[in-house]
Amino acid sequence: MSVAEGTTRLLAGLRADRQPVSLGSHLRQYGSLELDPRAVIDLVADSGLRGRGGGSFPTATKLLAVREHGRRAIVIANGTEGEPIAGKDKVLLAYLPHLVLDGAVVAARAVRAAEVILAVPAAVRHVVDRALAERRERRIDGRIELRAVTAPDGFVAGEETALVQFLNGGPAVPTFTPPRPFERGVRRLPTLVQNVETLAHLALIARHGAGWFRSAGTADEPGTTLVTLSGAFARSGVYEIPIGYPLAALVADAGGVRNDASAFLVGGYFGTWIPGGAADDVGLSDADLARYEAALGARAIVALKAGSCGVAETARIARYLAGESAAQCGPCVHGLDAVANDLESLVRRDRRVDAHRLEHRLALVAGRGACRHPDGAVRLVASGLRVFDHDVQQHLSGRRCR
Amino acid sequence: MSGKLRLRVNPIACDGHGLCSELFPERVSLDEWGYPIVDGAPIGKELEQHARRAVAECPKLALQLDRRRD
Repeated sequence: MSVAEGTTRLLAGLRADRQPVSLGSHLRQYGSLELDPRAVIDLVADSGLRGRGGGSFPTATKLLAVREHGRRAIVIANGTEGEPIAGKDKVLLAYLPHLVLDGAVVAARAVRAAEVILAVPAAVRHVVDRALAERRERRIDGRIELRAVTAPDGFVAGEETALVQFLNGGPAVPTFTPPRPFERGVRRLPTLVQNVETLAHLALIARHGAGWFRSAGTADEPGTTLVTLSGAFARSGVYEIPIGYPLAALVADAGGVRNDASAFLVGGYFGTWIPGGAADDVGLSDADLARYEAALGARAIVALKAGSCGVAETARIARYLAGESAAQCGPCVHGLDAVANDLESLVRRDRRVDAHRLEHRLALVAGRGACRHPDGAVRLVASGLRVFDHDVQQHLSGRRCR
Repeated sequence: MSGKLRLRVNPIACDGHGLCSELFPERVSLDEWGYPIVDGAPIGKELEQHARRAVAECPKLALQLDRRRD
C-alpha cells in the first residue's frame, strides 16, 4: 500500500522503511504527553475534532456524555475497519501505533477510565502487542491498563454496539438501542468507542493545542483526515489531506485516473456515487460533499474508470452488502436481498425489472433496521441509480450501456 | 408524567408475526415480507388501549411504547 507524504500531520512520522515507529522514536519526535485530565474535554471542544470512523460526530460531545454517565468508564479504540475498501486504520496501527495509544490514554483520562481495549485487525495485532509491551516497560501510562484484542471480521462488526456486544462475549452484531454504549456498554460500564484515527488526532491535539489543529481544514470540520484511494487511480493508497481539500487535487496527487473516471464512490461501500465531473468542483468535506448527497464516511474513495458499467458495479456492491447483513432484522435481510436481485436483473438487461418497485423498496428499507447498515446500502444504490441513470435506462430497454 | 406516547418496534426481536398490524392498523402496516411499518406519530387517549394490547400480545415482545416529551 503506497502512502503519500505532503501536508501531513499523522503521517509525518512515517518511517521510509515502513517499520513501526518505536516508542523511543515516538517520544523523541513528539515529546512526552503532559496534560491536565480535567482540561482535556474543553481542549477537544475548542479543537472541533469530529470522529474519523464514519459518523463525524463531535468528539468532545462523546467524551462528555461518557464522563457524565458515571465515575468509572472504559475506552474502546476501534480499529476494526470492516469496510473492505478502507485501509487507513490498518496503516495507522501498523506504522504509528503510539499515536493511537497516546490518544487512547488521553481519552481514558478524560472520561475517568482505567482500562483501554484496542480492537485491531489480525494482520497488525503483533505490532500493537509489541507497542503495548514497550509502554508497559517504560510505565508511561500510569494506572491505565491497555490491552489488544483481535477485531472480529465482517462489515458490521465495527459498528459500536456490535463491537461492545463482541467484547461482552457475544456475537459481533449490532444491538437494539437504548442503551447506547456511552450509557452502558462493556461490562455495563459507560463505554467510549472511538475510531483509532480520531484517537491519533487527539494525541497531537494534546501536544500542539486546539489552535494548531484548526489551522488546517475548515471552520466546521477542522483538521486533517486520512483517506484510502482505490480503483482506477494511478497510485492507490492511504493519503492525508486537510478536510475540504479539492477532490481534483487529490486525484492529481494520486497520479490521476487512467482514462478519466466516470464516477467516484465516496465514503465506502455504504457511501455515495458522485459523477466524474464532480472532481472539478467538489471539496472533500461533509459540507461540500452534501451537494452531491455524499459525505466523507469511512473516508474511502474508489475511482470508477470510464468504460465500466456503473450498474454492474452497484449491483456487485449491493449483493455484497446484502450478504453482510447481520440477518437480525426482517426489512434488512429481505429488503437488501430483493434490491440486489433487482439490480442483478437490471444488469442482465431483463426487461421485467420493475423500476418503480425498486424505488419503493429502497424507501421502505431505510431506517427500519437496528443499525444503519440498510440505510447505507439504500444510499449506495439510490446514488447509483441517479449517477448512472443513462446506463440504467439503456439496461431497462434491453440495450447494452456501452 | 408528561410527554407523548409513541410506538416503536425492536427490529431484532421482531419475527414478522403481524399481530400488531391486525390489532392496531391505525399505526401499523406490514411490508411485502410481513414486517411492521410503524407510524411513530403520537398516540392519543382514544387509541391508547389498542396500542397497549398490541404491545402485550406481540409473541416476541418486540413492540414497545415510549413516552417522550417533544
